[in-house]
Amino acid sequence: MSNAPPKMTASGVDVFYGAKQAIRDVSIDVRQEDVTAFIGPSGCGKSTFLRTLNRMNDTIPGARVSGDVRLDGEDVYAKAMDVVQLRARVGMVFQKPNPFPKSIFENVAYGPRIHGLARSKADLAQIVERSLTRAGLWNEVKDRLGDSGTALSGGQQQRLCIARAIAVDPEVILMDEPCSALDPVATARIEELIHDLRGRYAIVIVTHNMQQAARVSQRTAFFHLGQLVEYGDTSDIFTNPRKERTKDYITGRYG
Amino acid sequence: MSAAVSAERRPTDWRTASMQRRVRQRYAAERRFRLLGLAAVAASAAFLLFLLASMLARGAGGFVETRIGLPLDLARAGLNVTPEQLRGPRSDLALAGAGLERAVDSAAESAFPRAGGAALLSDAAWLRVREAVKRDPSLLRRRATIDVPVASRLDIAFKGGGTPAERSVAHALGPLLSRGLNRDFLGGADSTDPTRAGIWGALKGSLLTMVVTLLLAFPIGVLSALYLEEYAPRNRWTDLIEVSINNLAAVPSIIFGLLGLAVFLGTFHMPRSAALVGGLTLALMTTPVIVIAARNAIGAVPPSIRDAARALGASPVQVVFHHVLPLALPGILTGTIIGMARALGETAPLLMIGMRAFIAAPPERLTDPATVLPVQIFLWSDDVQAGFVEKTSAAIIVLLVFLLAMNGLAIYLRNRFETRW
Amino acid sequence: MSPLALAFVIAALALIGWVTARARAARFRRGTTRRFSSLPQHHGWFVAMGTLLPALLFLTVWHLTSPALVTEAVLATPGAAALPSPGLDRAAILAEARNLAAGRAYGAFHPLSEQLAPAYAAAQARYDWIATAVALLLAFVGGALSYLRVGPGFSARTHVERAIMGALLGASLIAIVTTIGIVASLLFESARFFRIVPLTDFLLGTHWSPQAIDPRHPGAALGAVPLFWGTFFIGAVIAMAVAIPLGLMSAIYLTQYARPRTRRWVKPLLEILAGVPTVVYGYFAALTVAPAVRDLGVALGVSWVSSESALAAGAVMGVMIIPFVSSMADDSLSAVPAAMRDGSLAMGATSSETIRQVLLPAALPGVVGGVLLAVSRAIGETMIVVMAASGVATLTLNPFASTTTVTKQIVDLLTGEAAFDSAKTLAAFALGLTLFVITLLLNVVALIVVRRYREAYE
Repeated sequence: MSNAPPKMTASGVDVFYGAKQAIRDVSIDVRQEDVTAFIGPSGCGKSTFLRTLNRMNDTIPGARVSGDVRLDGEDVYAKAMDVVQLRARVGMVFQKPNPFPKSIFENVAYGPRIHGLARSKADLAQIVERSLTRAGLWNEVKDRLGDSGTALSGGQQQRLCIARAIAVDPEVILMDEPCSALDPVATARIEELIHDLRGRYAIVIVTHNMQQAARVSQRTAFFHLGQLVEYGDTSDIFTNPRKERTKDYITGRYG
Repeated sequence: MSAAVSAERRPTDWRTASMQRRVRQRYAAERRFRLLGLAAVAASAAFLLFLLASMLARGAGGFVETRIGLPLDLARAGLNVTPEQLRGPRSDLALAGAGLERAVDSAAESAFPRAGGAALLSDAAWLRVREAVKRDPSLLRRRATIDVPVASRLDIAFKGGGTPAERSVAHALGPLLSRGLNRDFLGGADSTDPTRAGIWGALKGSLLTMVVTLLLAFPIGVLSALYLEEYAPRNRWTDLIEVSINNLAAVPSIIFGLLGLAVFLGTFHMPRSAALVGGLTLALMTTPVIVIAARNAIGAVPPSIRDAARALGASPVQVVFHHVLPLALPGILTGTIIGMARALGETAPLLMIGMRAFIAAPPERLTDPATVLPVQIFLWSDDVQAGFVEKTSAAIIVLLVFLLAMNGLAIYLRNRFETRW
Repeated sequence: MSPLALAFVIAALALIGWVTARARAARFRRGTTRRFSSLPQHHGWFVAMGTLLPALLFLTVWHLTSPALVTEAVLATPGAAALPSPGLDRAAILAEARNLAAGRAYGAFHPLSEQLAPAYAAAQARYDWIATAVALLLAFVGGALSYLRVGPGFSARTHVERAIMGALLGASLIAIVTTIGIVASLLFESARFFRIVPLTDFLLGTHWSPQAIDPRHPGAALGAVPLFWGTFFIGAVIAMAVAIPLGLMSAIYLTQYARPRTRRWVKPLLEILAGVPTVVYGYFAALTVAPAVRDLGVALGVSWVSSESALAAGAVMGVMIIPFVSSMADDSLSAVPAAMRDGSLAMGATSSETIRQVLLPAALPGVVGGVLLAVSRAIGETMIVVMAASGVATLTLNPFASTTTVTKQIVDLLTGEAAFDSAKTLAAFALGLTLFVITLLLNVVALIVVRRYREAYE
């Protein structure tokens, strides 16, 4: 464990949808070198909280966030914070693979293009190749970069979405149940990939699958009813939970 | 391996001046795009408002007539009529035969010899005198001043239009002129004199036509929607019906006019220009619209309601007529009103079946020659007399009031009864 | 008996049948706990139907056949011997006599028809009497037979429901009948036209002047290419140049940027544009827009400026189409999954980048389908061009010049005083057929495109 300052910090975060409170007073640190997993029963607010980290809740009408969220010490919800740059620095992968209806190449090139990251065509091609390679997809698609991204299999689509997120060189990658729509083989490949990407990016993964959390993460946060119940090293959470509710969930008493 | 890849990483530095400039440009593009959208909405709305405002500005005068105080001395006009003849149903005939029209003309000649005499008066002027005499027979024995409508040129000049010469005449007569509601416009039929032309004849024609259309299109539309949505087996025949309906809904309206001309007039020898034929033609055009709206409304009724009724032993007909149809009715009515509004505003197919004749009397029966409001607007817009400009716009105002009322009713129904399942 | 009185009597019989059958069914149900398949009212409806249907069926058939029978009877009278041999004259005299007898005409053009009129009246009266008697008899017998079947074991409901199903099926067949009617009448009249004018002259000829048809070569003045060009130019080029940008941008603004409150108010406002009758647009185009366009053309120094320009008609038509394009674009944009939008926004794209680079390409097939439908509507639009466009057929690219369209020519050709089967009148049907085929193709292609697109996201 290093003692470097955390990549992202959240303290006292509340989220409201209209009059309904979805998240109550959540504080958490995300460290650069770890994979952090958010677990909890469905509807516990783990995805909602994830979306506060890159301000995707802004796109939902009626959603309101209060509290303090910081990226490298900068206030994410400050007036001076530019959402465009924030989201480029904090990438996101969604529950259902959502490649754009464009070619594989264009899917990955989309981010670098809009943010102006490539200096030339060759540079762009290099970014695409590197991103696809890192996402473990290059060998499968290098001969058909012009094919539509939607023509790939579900697992490949999700890796394409990860490649797309990597292409803008983010500092943090948020993954919202990235494997819930995939079969076990594809899930295993994504988990391998997360393992490979660890350290290069701070990774936060929401999952309802406790085995997955145990396999891929170093830190685990357990959410229940919009509150953060327990947060600590994954090994501790799974072997020696301090809270009764965590224990009940992990041993399968509800969920 | 981890170290090697780390070395190749080049973090994006968002703080450089060029990167910040780029972000600012992107936001500027965002604002421009958003503004473009707002401009498109504003342009469309502005066009609508301009259209409505220009019709209102031009048409408001159509509801108003200019009157002139005409000094009359009917006792000396040598009218051949007795007060007894003024009672009873033949009074109009008696007054016409008595030479009232001539008396009014000569009164105008002697009252305004330099301004134009009888040419100043509308063709309807003596009719107004006749009504006054019928109301008050004592007018036949004394001198009186009666307000009568003026001719179209003077009317336009008094309202601020026309040539400078006409305006100076209007100015000279100023103290004698007054304004009043043009009852002939709302209560009369077409006329060659714009001051007498009215829309009641066309309105009645529209009404008769719409009755025929509604009586045919509504039941046929609803029944076929019920069949297609609830009972029709999935086969090639059903597909054919569906394709026909969807296609008919998109066929240009003038094609329906050609159909009416060839079939109703050409083959069945129905009367030209009749509300019956107009209604039939528009019914063929409106039915597909109603079918499509009704199918959407019926399809929106959740299957659970059908299952519940069936589980109680209701027959397929009972399920539909007792449960599905009542629930779908608001949606069906909304669609029907919108379809009827479209039919009410339709012109082209009716021109094809001859509904462009000059009809000076409101139709009494479905087979009488008739015209409808949009066609009347078209006919007046073609007229060279300047007086018809304001009549055309005024008729448009009346038509739009009807259409807005119908659409408003449809929107109200939709909001009032709309159920989200 | 007048038709109205006859209908009234038959309806009264049906009502009596309904009431008595219902009462009888109610009686045999009383005092038993047995279950019946039909309610008393089903029996009532069954008898009412038994009364009405045979009589109505008979009257319909009679209405179609009796004129021929009446004419037969008149021809058998001695007065008819003086009629000329079969031909146009003979038909005219008979028609006139028929009108005289029915009181639809007051004076006769031909003396012979005056003589035949009484025979007509007599024959008509005789046949009317027969029809009334037969109809009443059928109604009574039908009702009575149905009434006899009413009983505890009789399932009236099945019969009533079968009849209702028949009515439903019949109603839905009207659409097919209408389509067949359109196709048949257009084809029939067009076939007569193409017997006079060769198809190639019509479809490929570039000279259109129906006012000056040379009877020996009617095809020389009936080349429709300038009309097709004018229709395309006004409806698919000028109108779309107005409608597509405004409609698309309005849809984008309303779906992506406007607050729900704004959207709720502005959307119906735009829909009013679609509800304004075309005759109003036509008047506005002719009276306000056309002079402005002409002045603009003069100010720009365009060489040929008409006061009935293609631009005026096309631009106003475009405005009329805006809500149509906008609602199609609205539907297509809403059909793009929200995940697509989120994906792009999560990459740090701005809203406009998301719309232009992700949403619009994804919605493109739907938008294209909508535009095709809009084009189909624009080229079939009649009143705006009738009132604001010119009647002179020209092949020109100049939007300030006068151009005419297919629909405008159909109206002009048919509202003249030409005989029904002249080349001029028939040309209108040939134009109508062309218009029908083109709009049909556009609609079919558009529907296929839109359907494919919907399936892609379901």
